[in-house]
Parts: sequence; C-alpha cells; structure tokens
Amino acid sequence: MTSGGIRIKAWAAAVCALWAGSACFNTAWANPQPGQLNMARGVTEWSGVPYFLNNVALGVCTVIGVLVFGAMFIAMFRFRKSRGAVAEKWAHNTMLEVVWTTIPVIILIVLAWMSTGGLVSFADTTGSQMTVKVTGYQWKWRYDYVDYQGKAIDKVGFMSVLDSQSNDTRQLDSGLDPRAVKVGEDNTYLLNVDKPLVLPIDTKIRFAITAGDVIHSWWVPALGWKMDAIPGMVNGAWTNIKVPGVYRGQCAELCGQDHGFMPIVVKAVTKAEFAQWLAQQEAAGKAPAATPATPASPAPAPASSTAAPATAQVAPVAQAPGRQG
Amino acid sequence: MAHAATHDQHDEHHGAPSNFFTRWFLSTNHKDIGTLYLLFSLTAFFVGGSFAMMIRAELFKPGMQLVQPYFFNEMTTMHALVMIFGAIMPAFVGLGNWMIPLMIGAPDMALPRMNNLSFWILPFAFMLLLSTLFMPGGAPAGGWTMYPPLSLQTGSLAYAVFAIHLMGISSIMGAINIIATILNMRAPGMDLLKMPVFVWSWLITAFLLIAVMPALAGAVTMLLTDKYFGTSFFNAAGGGDPVLYQHIFWFFGHPEVYIMILPAFGIISEIVPTFARKPLFGYKAMVFALAAIAFLSFIVWAHHMFAVGMPLGADIFFMYATMLISVPTGIKVFNWVTTMWGGSLTFETPMLFSIAFIVLFSIGGFSGLMLALVPADFQYHDTYFVVAHFHYVLVTGAAFAIMGAAYYWLPKWTGNMYSEFWGKVHFWNSLVWVNVLFFPQHFLGLAGMPRRIPDYNVAFADFNMISSIGGFLFGASQLIFVGVIIHCRFFSKKKAADRAWEGARGLEWTVPSPAPHHTFALPPVINDEDLAHGHVED
Repeated sequence: MTSGGIRIKAWAAAVCALWAGSACFNTAWANPQPGQLNMARGVTEWSGVPYFLNNVALGVCTVIGVLVFGAMFIAMFRFRKSRGAVAEKWAHNTMLEVVWTTIPVIILIVLAWMSTGGLVSFADTTGSQMTVKVTGYQWKWRYDYVDYQGKAIDKVGFMSVLDSQSNDTRQLDSGLDPRAVKVGEDNTYLLNVDKPLVLPIDTKIRFAITAGDVIHSWWVPALGWKMDAIPGMVNGAWTNIKVPGVYRGQCAELCGQDHGFMPIVVKAVTKAEFAQWLAQQEAAGKAPAATPATPASPAPAPASSTAAPATAQVAPVAQAPGRQG
Repeated sequence: MAHAATHDQHDEHHGAPSNFFTRWFLSTNHKDIGTLYLLFSLTAFFVGGSFAMMIRAELFKPGMQLVQPYFFNEMTTMHALVMIFGAIMPAFVGLGNWMIPLMIGAPDMALPRMNNLSFWILPFAFMLLLSTLFMPGGAPAGGWTMYPPLSLQTGSLAYAVFAIHLMGISSIMGAINIIATILNMRAPGMDLLKMPVFVWSWLITAFLLIAVMPALAGAVTMLLTDKYFGTSFFNAAGGGDPVLYQHIFWFFGHPEVYIMILPAFGIISEIVPTFARKPLFGYKAMVFALAAIAFLSFIVWAHHMFAVGMPLGADIFFMYATMLISVPTGIKVFNWVTTMWGGSLTFETPMLFSIAFIVLFSIGGFSGLMLALVPADFQYHDTYFVVAHFHYVLVTGAAFAIMGAAYYWLPKWTGNMYSEFWGKVHFWNSLVWVNVLFFPQHFLGLAGMPRRIPDYNVAFADFNMISSIGGFLFGASQLIFVGVIIHCRFFSKKKAADRAWEGARGLEWTVPSPAPHHTFALPPVINDEDLAHGHVED
C-alpha cells in the first residue's frame, strides 16, 4: 500500500505523463498536417467508420481505374493507325455488357452494406451520459452544458470566439505572419479559440446542435462527423472520445463574411479532470458578484468578429471599401 | 406586293441576310443562333474565369492579402453562377442548335423565332446579374446555392432572382424547341434508334430542363417572398423550415448537373468512333444508359444534404440511389473504351480532349462514389474534397467535352481546318494545369479544409499554392483556345472537306464545309450506310 503522499505524486505524475504523451501522441490528428494526403483516423469510438470507408472506397476506385484506364492506354498503343492497325467492325457483345453491369452492382452492394452499419450506429444517440448544446451564431459558437451523468448542469455556458492573435493576423494587410500563430509546436492560425469546449473522454456525449441566425455547421474532423446548425431546428449527434487531447475544427457551412473565422476547439480531458473543471464552472456561475463569463480565464475581447453581427446582417457598412479588383 | 414578298423569300434562300442587325439580332437561323450561344458562352467562361482567378489569388498564401472576406464570398458565388448558367449551359445549347438539325436532316429548329428569343434573353440576364457587383451591398455572396436564411441577407437578392428567372425561361423555351424539333422534324428514314447519340443526349436533357427549371424558379421566388412579402417558407419562427429550401433547390440542382453532363456524354460518343474509325460499341446500351441516368437523377437530390440532419431512412435511401447512378455511367465509360479497342486510332485534338474526358471525368465519378457513402461524407461534405469532385466532372468533364466538340466541328462551321499544332498546345497545357489546379484539392479536403473560406491554416498552405499556380496557368492556356478559333475562322488557309474527318459518319458530314446558311431545305435521302448507327443489331 502506498502512503497518501506517494499516491498523490503518482497521480500527478500520471496526469502529467498522460497530458504530455497525449500532446505528442495526438499531434497527428489534432490538427491538419502540412502535406497531409489522406483523412485521419480520429480519436473517437465512431471516427474509424468514415476513415475505413474512405480507404476502402479509395482502394476500390483505384483498382477499377487502373483496370479501365490501363485497358484504354493499351488500346491507344496497340490499335494506332500509325502502327498499321486496321479497324474491326464489331459493335456489340451482350455477354460483356452483362458482366460489366453485374460486377459493379456487386461491388456497390458490398460498399452499401459496409456503409449502412456505420450510419445506423451514428444515428443512435441513446444511452448517452452527457448532453451539450451547441449554438452557431454569426460568427462564433456558444456551448451550454446541459447535463452530466444524470444530473442537470446549472448555468455553465459561454461563447467561443476566434483567438485574438489569429484575428489580428487575418485582417487585410495586417503585416502579421500566420506562421507565428502557435500553441507550443502546433500552428493554430484560424484554428484556436478563447474558450474551448471541454469534454470528458470515455463518455458518450450527446449534442443538441442549433443556430441563432443562419445555417452553420459544427465540424471537428477528429470526432469523425459534422452536423449542420440550423436556426429553428435542433440536430442530434453523439461522440465518445477515447484519447485526451486538443482537437480543432471549423464551421462547415457558408454563413457570411466571417465563415472562415469561427473555429471550434474541443479539449478532451480525463473524467476526473472534467469533473473538477465542471465543479469550478458551476461554482463560478453561482458566485454572486462574478461576471457571467467563466471567471478562471481572462476573457480577451474578441475583435471584429463579435462587433459586426448585432443584427446578423452581413455588414456592407464595414465592407464598403472591400469591393476591390 | 406579292412580287416583293416572293422577292424577299427568294433572296433568303441564297444565304444569310446582308444587314448585320437583321442577321444577328433578328436571326431565325439555327447556325447563327448556335454561333451566338457559343460566343456568349466563351465570353462568360472568361468572366467566370476571372472571378476564379481572384479566388485563387487570395488563396495563394495564408493570410488575407487582396480582398475582404465579404467580397471573396461574392466572387465564389458569382463564379459558380456565371460558369453554370453562362458558360456551360449556353455552350451545350449552342452546340445543340448548330448540330441537331444537321444531324437529323432538318432545315432548322421547329420554332425559329422562339429560338432567337431564347438566346437574346441571356445577355440581358447576365448584364443584370453582373450589375449586382456594383450595387450597394454587392453581388449575392451566399453561395450559388443561395441557402436561406443567409441568402436573405443579400441586398441585391431581387436582381439576382430576376436574372435567374430570365435564364430559366430561356432554358425552358430552348428545351421545348429541341424536343419539338427532334420528335417532329427528322428526315424520313432517320428513326429514333438511328439518331446520333448526341441528339439522344439532348432529347433527354431537354426533358430534364423542362421538369426542373420550374423548381428552381419556385425556390428562388419563395426566397423573394420571404424577404420582401412577409412569407415564412424558410423561417422556423413563422412555421417554416430552412431545409425546405434545400430540398426544393436540390430537386432542381441534381438534375441540373446531369443537364450539364449528358450532352457531354453525347459529344464523346460522336468523337471517339470517328477517330477510332470503328462504330460506337453498344449503341442501344448507350442510349438506355442516358435515360437511366436521367431517371435516377430525380431521386438522389438529398445527397447534397447529408449533414442537414435528415432521418436515418432518408439518408439510407439517398445513399443507395446515388450509388446506383455509377452503374449506367460506368457502362458508358466501358463502352467508349471498347469502341477504341480494335480500332484504327489517330489522336487529333478532338480525340485528345475526349480521351482526357474519359479518364478525368471518371476520376470525378470516383470521388462522387466516395461522397455517396454517408458516413464518409460526414467528413467530406463542405470541404475541398467536394470542390475537387465537381470541378473534375465539370471542367475536365463538361468543359473538355465542349472544347473537343468545338475542335471537332470547327471545320464544318468555318470551312477551314484549325491549326492542329496550336490545338495540341492548348490541349496539353489545359490537361497539365487543370490537374495541378484541382488534384491537390482532394488532399486539402481530406486534411480538413472547408469550402468557401478566404483564408486557412498554415497546414493547408502548400497545396493551396500549387492549386493557385495551376489555376493561373490553366486560365492563361485558354487564351490559346481563343487564338486557335480566331485563326481558324479568319486566317487559316487549309480548306476543310465536307467530311472533315476520315472516320466521321452522319448527315452533318454530307453538307459542305462551311455549312451553307440554309441546309436540308428539302429532306435528304438517307442511306443507312451513311449513318453512324444505320445498322443497329443489338
């Protein structure tokens, strides 16, 4: 049996190791990689489904392409007039046509069978241990924590906006270098926010996704899916993150001038860390003199992205000099 | 007076009207109207292309260097509207106008005056659409798909909608004309199942146009009433639903993309047998595949909406139906390759474009099949993977077919052979740079880059720069095309034979090159041996 002191140190060391290990372990799929050629596998229970389907479909198409284009290039070489080829006269062969109709149908049935299972499992949001409400606005996201492990959560919600360094850098002719916007080793230009969505791992989390003005879409590639945020509708989705880390995504439905500037950051932590964080948030929410925003982090004043959409109008006023070229 | 009337008619039969205004603005001649459509389309191609150059210029490096984000959205929206409604569709109508009467032995289109109106609506509609760029608030910037509620924030919505209505009317009238012509004015002996595949492709496309353009008109009119007349079709607070718009729009939108590719399939089916010197393999299957694709195109629209939150059953139905389209499409590709197999091939410019079409359109089809798989589409939707897909099918697909058709029929239209050397220079440049432009966009989409964004994370920088370089060079290469056309029409010394291509078959090759202003005033006597598909056994 270890004494209390050593247990605490061991726990702290484990957390640090996990965090450090997860930081480098996750680099491959937390952020897009320069020169990345293929989809990443993702970090959730379900995210392997699109990854697998993508690779299988790509493989099938590559094989078919090689066969068909190969036949064509062979024909182009073998049957050139300059080589003395004399044209045949036949123009039909029913058996051949039956074969190359049937084989594609079989391939499609196999692909359809593989895809249907993944789709059915995605559609099933039951059995979740947590609910998070996501609301899209022009041009930021709002997260509200609804319940966790059967208990309603009281007043934990906040806006999540593009981080101020990215926002300053992206202004026209800012003179600032996007390559300088980093968190540690990772470039996070346009992929960072002031307040990330903190979620526990190993928990089935159900999302209720909607919007306050126009259609947006909530997408974190590492989770494996996107879902449109539509004003007046609530869409459901779920995830179960397996690996702690920081996962970055973007709005994926054109929503006006700053559509490219309202990213998403999910910070997945262990259940213990999450419980601690949540307790802090709830306490801060109840503290009488506290600001409505999360007290722990200094809230940087986001720049133009919140200034504009008071009426959710695209801002021709601000854009009058913008019609260039 | 009767004498004067017959005197005018007598003059007409001897050639084109000598008065410029009469000839070009009051034309009732399918060849001249075809030429007008093609020149309009070429102009729109460069206008839409210049918008694309602005897009690729801003996306050349991360960071915002050239334009404000809102203007960037105007550029992406207008690029698509101009290319779809101004470049691709009018080009196919122009080719149809020129070639359908010639191919079926008809003297002109069934409704020549309506034909004139169909064309002349277009320059006005486009002036209206392009003028929104100069209005306060700018051009539409909510994407060519115009989803509400975002599109309702557009100040110039009414002008854009009116322009779209005009273009739709033009298309519907054109489609009526084509159906009436093909069904009623074929020369005796030109049975339906002896018609060139290009004529079949236009017959089927015309039905698609009449079926779905009204759906677009309805959708955009509802946008207008929601914005200005207090309706709530797409406003949940008023009892409506934004997703309803998407269903109506895509009910138009999906057949629309087949409207933009079926005539291209028809063109390839004309060109490949000519340069293979071998009949098209599986004529009946090719016609049937066109019809199957057209039918299926009506029941797949929601594959553009997989991320919208449709019920599971809907997702599954649309996934299966979408996957099915690859069967008839695959049959067409196999049949083109089999036409080449065992032929006696030469590789003039029209054939080069056709071969490139077969490979590159198929690549676009492959990414389309991948997109059909819903769980995978959750990662592809609204990313550059989709952008790569549709540019492969529309640029290396439809646009390459149009260019191939232009080279193929220029000798018939102008009476001169184009410069084969410069045609090949245009082809090879186009081929290389279009792939530099669009292939990396597959990678960008798979890596997570969304669509319709003016700026991006540094991880996406390399492929964006490569893509932009491809874009600039592809755009520049199209100037060669213009040069080839001008040279062929005005400066080429090489006369074209009636049968400009040794392996060409069909009625259009029995009239002189250039085709006289009036042809087949009397129906031709048709010998099955002169036709491409005169002896159809399967």
